Amino acid sequence: MIEVFHLVPALLIGALAVYTTVARDTFAATVGFIAYGLMLTVAWVQLHGVDVALTESAIGGGLTGLLLVRASAKLRATEAAARAERPRASTRLAAAILAAAVSAGLAIAVLALPDPAPTLAPEVLANMGPTGVGNPITAVLMAFRATDTLLEAIVLLLALVGVWSLAPDRVWGGRPGPRYNADPDGILAFIARVLPPIGIIVGIYIFWVGADDPGGKFQGATIVAAMWLLVLMAGLTDAPPISRRLLRAGLVAGPVAFIAIGFAGVATAGAFLAYPDGWSKPLILVVEFALMPSLALTLGLIMAGAPERAEAASPREAAP
Amino acid sequence: MTADAVTTPGGLLLPLAVLVPFLGMIAGLVLGGRNAQRVAMVTIVAGVAIALGIAQSMLQSGDTLVYVLGGFAPPLGIALRADGLSVVMMVAVAVVIGGIGVYARGDFGTPDGVREARAPLMYWLLLLAVWGSLNLVFTSGDLFTLYVALELLTFAGVPLVCLDGKGETLRSALRYLLFALAGSIFYLLGAVLVYGEWGTLDVALLAQRVQPGPVTWAAAALMTTGLLAKTALFPLHLWLPPAHAGAPPAASAVLSALVVKGSFFIVVRLWFDAMPALPGFAAAQLLAGLGAAAIIVGNVVALRQERLKLLIAYSTLAQIGYLFIMFPLAFDAGTGAFVRGEALAGGMLQAISHATAKAAMFLAAGLIYATLGHDRIADLAGAARRVPLSVLAFALGGVALTGALPSGAYVAKKLLLGAADASGQWWWALVLQAGGLFTTGYVLLVLSHALRASADAPAPRVRVRRSQEAAALALAACSLLLGFADVVLPGDLVKSPLDPGELATLVVTVAAGAAIALALGRRLPALPAGAALAAIGSPIRRATVAVGLLVERLDFALRHWHVAGLSLVVLTLLFAAAMSGAR
Amino acid sequence: MNAATVFGLLATALVGVGLYGFIVNPQPLRKILAFNVIGSGVFLLFGAIARRGAALGLGGDPVPQALLITGIVVAFSATALAVTVLLRLFDETGSTTLSSGVAPSASEPDPAKARE
Repeated sequence: MIEVFHLVPALLIGALAVYTTVARDTFAATVGFIAYGLMLTVAWVQLHGVDVALTESAIGGGLTGLLLVRASAKLRATEAAARAERPRASTRLAAAILAAAVSAGLAIAVLALPDPAPTLAPEVLANMGPTGVGNPITAVLMAFRATDTLLEAIVLLLALVGVWSLAPDRVWGGRPGPRYNADPDGILAFIARVLPPIGIIVGIYIFWVGADDPGGKFQGATIVAAMWLLVLMAGLTDAPPISRRLLRAGLVAGPVAFIAIGFAGVATAGAFLAYPDGWSKPLILVVEFALMPSLALTLGLIMAGAPERAEAASPREAAP
Repeated sequence: MTADAVTTPGGLLLPLAVLVPFLGMIAGLVLGGRNAQRVAMVTIVAGVAIALGIAQSMLQSGDTLVYVLGGFAPPLGIALRADGLSVVMMVAVAVVIGGIGVYARGDFGTPDGVREARAPLMYWLLLLAVWGSLNLVFTSGDLFTLYVALELLTFAGVPLVCLDGKGETLRSALRYLLFALAGSIFYLLGAVLVYGEWGTLDVALLAQRVQPGPVTWAAAALMTTGLLAKTALFPLHLWLPPAHAGAPPAASAVLSALVVKGSFFIVVRLWFDAMPALPGFAAAQLLAGLGAAAIIVGNVVALRQERLKLLIAYSTLAQIGYLFIMFPLAFDAGTGAFVRGEALAGGMLQAISHATAKAAMFLAAGLIYATLGHDRIADLAGAARRVPLSVLAFALGGVALTGALPSGAYVAKKLLLGAADASGQWWWALVLQAGGLFTTGYVLLVLSHALRASADAPAPRVRVRRSQEAAALALAACSLLLGFADVVLPGDLVKSPLDPGELATLVVTVAAGAAIALALGRRLPALPAGAALAAIGSPIRRATVAVGLLVERLDFALRHWHVAGLSLVVLTLLFAAAMSGAR
Repeated sequence: MNAATVFGLLATALVGVGLYGFIVNPQPLRKILAFNVIGSGVFLLFGAIARRGAALGLGGDPVPQALLITGIVVAFSATALAVTVLLRLFDETGSTTLSSGVAPSASEPDPAKARE
């Protein structure tokens, strides 16, 4: 019985992956990918990874899916040209055989993994006490391997810099993406008015419980960012021009606070990103509070894309 | 590298080395406009000081610097470590970034009357991001943190490729990004398997724990091949030539001299530190075999380029090949493990010499382009008269690459040849010598055009920014000065340049290089293509042209996406097979 | 077979499927999609490994679970950057092909053209 319980979602996920890969139409493939992402969430829950399930559905499925669907709609015109470039049948066969060989080799490796498996769970539990947080994953992310989390925030910031760097010179400093003009009385505008207050509360809740229960800043920030995108795409607001210094300050505030508290740890607790006794939980919360808005802003702006329109009423031309 | 992770004196410099460049990027982003360049300059000064401070601390203690982040030692936490290899790379990168930074002030100044322009702002932010990512690569002792570092490096490198925003460079950037992503996901897959088998991602702990077995073979093969894709080792190089040749010179220099060294360094970490007894003899031969193929194909195709920047990009392809020749030479048959010794010292010295020399060559090519308005090799006549210092910087950088005396590459070559001799692997010595001849060939080819007097009326000497020429020259000089690295190395490697044996070698090298340039080099009027091959009178010339065309076609075929993709998978399987056969 | 084995084996299949699409599908957007399929396979394998490390009442080893969250965010950043470069390439050139350059035999320059 237990096997069927796992096998059914596994087969569905595999089938959706195959569909996503072989579907003729790219738009259909991206829609398949979103369904695939949703099904993966089931796998994560069955693997007892609720935190990962939240992240996967919010970021892996939701934001990535939206990016891909939007892009595939824009690239419809290139479908025919792309199909003409399809490699020969012999190449496809070779690729299929080699990919299958990789899968087979990996499967051998998976079956050869040691039993009992090595685990750091006991060490995490043994060291969690002083951090004061109840969710072991949060303890790893914010204490034991806090450096990775800091670097991850820098990755997002750098990705945004990369996205902005793609703007055409003439619109530098302007607003990202197109100006959406949805029907103000339409269903999208209605949802965009009703959903965000609820969504933001849910996002903040997921962030808030993350210290002790599944959830956290990344998942919460993603939901808040998604709400902002909804309002944006319903045409109820416009994306801010990226030249605004306040906007940029908001983007970096979280990482800067993280680094500052990290260096304060050198003086007060003897190591970068260490917390003095008894101050762990409050400091972790401060860092998370500072990170959450910056992450939401960064995620939202990454989704909004490179600047496409010069800032209105400011004919500041940027010549290279 | 020791496994007991305790913070050592001077250890705090390690997180500073990583974070100061990123803080510079953050400050530059917020302050914006012209301030970004000012912030970058301040950061470069601070970063160089930190790198020197790390070197100083290490010389004092004579041991690896360690910093335990957050006070949690591995396997639960993460440690930063700087051993001799890391420190040497960090200092070299600091010097090269400094030189490129001085040069880039000329190309990426924010124009007057504009508060903020895109390309300058982005250039300075990305330059600092590349630096922080590289320092993280050099100091991180954790396979997952290294994955994040690799991704940071890619995200900083890709926008540099298409900084001019033109269609063709966007295509190069996309090709680079997509192939690099395949490389990093292979690497991550390997790291995941390592954790599943050994319960840690810490390099020093892995060195104690790792034993051969199917999981570890798969992991090592995946990580190695993924990293090779990011390093653009032949035949996984489809993305490199157009990306490095199409970027602005100050960006090309960063990409070619520095960015590819990041993933190369992680291969060294894996093979020498994390699992030295795992890969074995066959895998090392395979790795160096790819290096040899890179040297041959890269050099021959370089000789056939029409554009200076593409020639330099293909030269990078060949030079990357050199970096992998050291692996079989460092293999100790007695213990079955890779050991640190002359071969590794030679390989790392080669990496550093290439970094300074290649940066100098790209910067010099940029100045030549800016002056002449083109970089067609055949039309370089008069360049030496109009921008003499730039041509000199190019020549010195080129000479340094050939391994002529005195240069870092000379010492590196001596070390590698010595190791080849000691281990009886004469075939790699042959590859090293042949590679030097080819390099001499294309340097001579370029110089023969650049030194020619222009047929047109002598054009006035054009004024290029003196600081830019000085930066290119200084970097070229660095690669020559590295020839004095032997003072810290064992043995008496560097002979007097006037030694009869050395003089004879020099004469033979130049003569052979000239012959290669004549035989394989592209000549104007345009060389006949395949069909017209028969029209060439001399049978020898016909044969060499045919060889050149053949190699060029091979390179072109390998740069097809699906061919490179299949190569990536085949190499993974080959590495896994070679490693599992090693006992 | 427990969940860790079932999903571990599924993960290896996902890597293979994604790899196939990544190599043969010429549309760059499909390659990005395939990259995400490979990525989710890698993540799922890590999740299975985390599940195997369940101990002391924890449903899984929290270290790999935490690394997964970082990994998913990094993969998203990569996807976003790749999609933006792709859309910009399309805006600029009207095509999305990755193959540029002409065959070497055809690359012999027409002197007049080379001087443009």
